[in-house]
Amino acid sequence: MMIAQIWKWIDDRSGYSDVVKPMLEHIVPSDARWWYVFGSATLCAFIVQVLSGIALAMVYVPGGDAAYESLKYITNDATMGYMVRGMHYYGATAMVMLAVIHMTQVFLHASYKYPREMNWMSGVVLLFVVLGMAFTGQLLRWDANGVWSVMVASEMAGRVPFIGAYIAHFLLGGETVGGSTLSRFFAIHVFILPGLIFAGIGLHMWLILRHGISEMPKVDQPVDPETYKEKYEARLEKTGVPFWPVAMWRDVLFSAAMVAVILFCSLFLGPPTLGPPPDPAYIHANPMPDWYFWWYFAVLSMLPPELETYVILGMPVLGLVILFILPLLSNRGHRVPSKRPWAVGTVIFGATAFVVLTIYGYRKPWSPDFAVKPLPANLVNSNDPHIQKGAQLVHDKGCLYCHNIDGHGGFRGPVLTYIGDRLDRGELVIRITNGGYNMPSFAASLSAEEMQEIVDFLLTRTEPKPVDAK
Amino acid sequence: MSESADSPEASAEDNRRSFLARLSVIVSSVIGAAITLPGIGFVLAPVFKREPGKWQRLGKVDSYDVGKTVSVEFKNASVREWAGVTALTGAWLRRVSQEEFIAFSINCRHLGCPVNWIEDASLFMCPCHGGVYYSDGDVAAGPPPEPLARYQVRVRKGFVEIETSPVPLTTNDQV
Repeated sequence: MMIAQIWKWIDDRSGYSDVVKPMLEHIVPSDARWWYVFGSATLCAFIVQVLSGIALAMVYVPGGDAAYESLKYITNDATMGYMVRGMHYYGATAMVMLAVIHMTQVFLHASYKYPREMNWMSGVVLLFVVLGMAFTGQLLRWDANGVWSVMVASEMAGRVPFIGAYIAHFLLGGETVGGSTLSRFFAIHVFILPGLIFAGIGLHMWLILRHGISEMPKVDQPVDPETYKEKYEARLEKTGVPFWPVAMWRDVLFSAAMVAVILFCSLFLGPPTLGPPPDPAYIHANPMPDWYFWWYFAVLSMLPPELETYVILGMPVLGLVILFILPLLSNRGHRVPSKRPWAVGTVIFGATAFVVLTIYGYRKPWSPDFAVKPLPANLVNSNDPHIQKGAQLVHDKGCLYCHNIDGHGGFRGPVLTYIGDRLDRGELVIRITNGGYNMPSFAASLSAEEMQEIVDFLLTRTEPKPVDAK
Repeated sequence: MSESADSPEASAEDNRRSFLARLSVIVSSVIGAAITLPGIGFVLAPVFKREPGKWQRLGKVDSYDVGKTVSVEFKNASVREWAGVTALTGAWLRRVSQEEFIAFSINCRHLGCPVNWIEDASLFMCPCHGGVYYSDGDVAAGPPPEPLARYQVRVRKGFVEIETSPVPLTTNDQV
């Protein structure tokens, strides 16, 4: 009796039955099945991030001198710290992935068309903020990789015409990476961007309630803004189901599976290992971003230099603008993928490019392969000390950092495995002396004798002739 | 004619309302400015502040071999008490002759990654996107738009000294 009265008081004063319950029970199309679980799972991943992030912030020290040590403490000593850091890392991965998948699904089913244009636009802004969170979060790790990523980030920002240097100095909190830099990124990561995400999610959810969840697209139901709302309402009345609990159980199950995966990964794979300490004078760092940015890393490596500034600045801006105005360009007509080959093509092209570039970004040593060993004797395959010296020089002079011979060396320059078949002595000497497209000139750093030895060795690199079956 | 013109009372009420609306907007703006401007000034201050260069002592002149290029560490100019190791900057220092030294920034002019000196090949190479420089800092290959930045170096009382300067962003013409 008492409890019933307390509840009645809470219900009356809070408006649960009047306002909240109808929201939860709003009618949704009955065909909103497993396709529709990604949005709520993204939200769930965000909740994981907020909770694990708050936990981490209770121990993490956002200062240039102590951040690395506090992270080491969290990872190695703090009770469950290992797991919480793991949850924050895999939660970030989940959030980026799910946001992209959710967006792809919405794009394929053209749910961004009338009257849900603003749903899509708020989602696009949210996606970019989430990517900003992923990037700033990586810097907070504040190991050598994190510090160098700050440099790279400010260099990129520095490319903006006119005000670039100011933006870069704003990010660094001065003119160098130092005491002020990390605190700035921390403030951006825990106050500014999360604030934007909360506001964005609020708007996004309100718009869902206002316009209703879209139905699965059907061939005979192209969107006509004149009649769409009435027809949608009429269909909902006939076949709709309350969101809670009839439609929501799938979202809950999928989110539970996702949380289970995050927990599993953080327990068994653990958080990303910390690199060497954040010493900006440590020059042997090899900065690499987190995996969802590898594709961009590959693009930056492959671009002709003269295009680079345009791509560094243009690609994110252009991407944001195109995605943002998409529903304004087309907000009526068919929604089924079978009637929208360009949309399907765009998704397939985008996904393929992402996968291929990601693999390239990860696998290829685009940059010099500093770790390359001298060529093994059986590969050199010569008793001539002159040739052997040449093979040694090919390693010592750095040729192998960029060129590959029989699987040894980098991939930046052309493969030299059969170079002896392609170029003669004179051509080789000219190439090595003068350099050329993307190759340094070695005129100043090779003696005539060394040149001779290198060229003689390279001329032995020919395709084995098939043994004559005479 | 509008309705308000018909009745003087309604017109007075309208005037009062629009005055109050305007008053509220203006006062709110003043509150907003009063709250945000100090914070914005605080956050933006480092953007416009230029740290003066400062000479930092490296090592004894004799500890460097003529013709060799080695990495050196020194504290940068705008050091904060709480910067820890991040107060350090590195440079590549070469003793050219008895008295002459050159110091190169370790930051690749492409996107700022740390360049490595490859002694045998006489090249600086960047691990990120394939930037390569000759021993004099000129671009040899890859995407860097400019030669490696240099620091001022001098010899004082038997010690090599280097003048600190901002991180050489490719867009930063201060260097």
